[in-house]
Amino acid sequence: MRIGYYPGCSLQSSAREYDLAARLVARHLGVQLVDIPDWNCCGASAAHSTDPFLAVALPARNLVLASEMGLDITVPCAACYHRLRMAQRELAHDRDLGRKVAEVLGRPYRGTVRIYSLLETITGIGLEQLAAQIVRPLKGLRVACYYGCLLVRPPGIGCDDPENPESMDRLIETTKAETVSWGYKNECCGGALVFGAREAAFRLARDILRNATGAGAHAIVCACPLCQSNLDLRQGQVNKMFGTNFAVPIFYFPQLLGLAMGLNPRDLGLTTHFVDPQRALKVVGG
Amino acid sequence: MLLGGKDKPDPAFLEAVVRASGQKTLAHCYQCGKCTAGCPTTFAMDYKPNQIIRMLQLGRKEEVLGSRTIWVCTACFTCSTRCPCNIDVAQVMDSLRVIARREGKTRLGKDVVLFNDLFLLSVRRNGRVFESGLVLSFNLRRKTFFRDAELGKFMFARGKLRFTPDRPRGVRELARLFARAEERVEE
Repeated sequence: MRIGYYPGCSLQSSAREYDLAARLVARHLGVQLVDIPDWNCCGASAAHSTDPFLAVALPARNLVLASEMGLDITVPCAACYHRLRMAQRELAHDRDLGRKVAEVLGRPYRGTVRIYSLLETITGIGLEQLAAQIVRPLKGLRVACYYGCLLVRPPGIGCDDPENPESMDRLIETTKAETVSWGYKNECCGGALVFGAREAAFRLARDILRNATGAGAHAIVCACPLCQSNLDLRQGQVNKMFGTNFAVPIFYFPQLLGLAMGLNPRDLGLTTHFVDPQRALKVVGG
Repeated sequence: MLLGGKDKPDPAFLEAVVRASGQKTLAHCYQCGKCTAGCPTTFAMDYKPNQIIRMLQLGRKEEVLGSRTIWVCTACFTCSTRCPCNIDVAQVMDSLRVIARREGKTRLGKDVVLFNDLFLLSVRRNGRVFESGLVLSFNLRRKTFFRDAELGKFMFARGKLRFTPDRPRGVRELARLFARAEERVEE
């Protein structure tokens, strides 16, 4: 299978592991990721909180580039996925806006590209086919699958049930890891407020860490670079603010999948986390 | 509290918000409070999301635009998902942020606005967000020079922050999009 790939800005720096693991696992599974040449930032929450035209026009340029490639696209970042889908919906409702964007870009906007999250693309391969690739079962590892907001909301835009998403749980269960039932799987991590209202943001992160460990998880698995960075990179800052001592590794789902498929932990970016995952992986002999 | 507001009701404001947020109406909100029950950041808000909707119905422009609520909304869409009247509350909050900015009413959202501005400046210059530059310039402007210094050091050591931006060739096309956005604001 060939599919266009929109990595997004975070995957080039703070979330490099996600990019490494996504590309490696996709290749291992025979999915050819073709980078959208010359892609630009989706604008994220800065654009939609500031200017409604930019909020649509920035993602729209990427959709135009993808349609020129003649491929559907897959998006690892939940925030990018959300913005691209929202822009596409808005352009479908407002033809006039689509014409304006096309006029400024000097290229036509067709609106025919299908946008998938990386989670959908990987689960779409089929759970049985994936299970057949597992050579190093993660038996004994208990994880909390964390979906956050933008991967699943709003309804019609998100890629799973907005209230009780389960696709990541089913996917991770193919590795023989155990997934816990917990109440914060689709709560907001507060990533959007890390600079605007840090204390509020960290309180949300703390609650997620607390709820996951309370449910008995050794680790959290996620599908968004902003969630991962707020929960992993800033876990030390969260501990400092609240006097807690969490040490919860936060995996990207392809990292865990890749590990179970026997891929090299270093190549999957498992050595660059803030919270070292080694201790959690010891339970599976890692 | 809601009946004895400080400012004069402005019915045109309700209509402007309804239009900007693409809603049919906000009139049928019956204050069930589901938006507030599901909201993750009510603890940091001065007015709860359902109160904001009620204040909009009453045309209380100054209080709504001057609230902290609109700046601590994370746009997580839990409210929009659960509203029994199909009001897209998150979209309404978004439109309120846009209007508050245009009218210069950002006193309680200074940091959010500064971050968004620097973020978009980075996109305008580089086509993609240059994360290290963005965080550095934010902390310089805020005069919180060392707030993320430890973390920055860790990230550089792990190759997670770049020293230079990565500019796509389409940066010129983006400049045209930004220019067009500015024209629209002036229109």
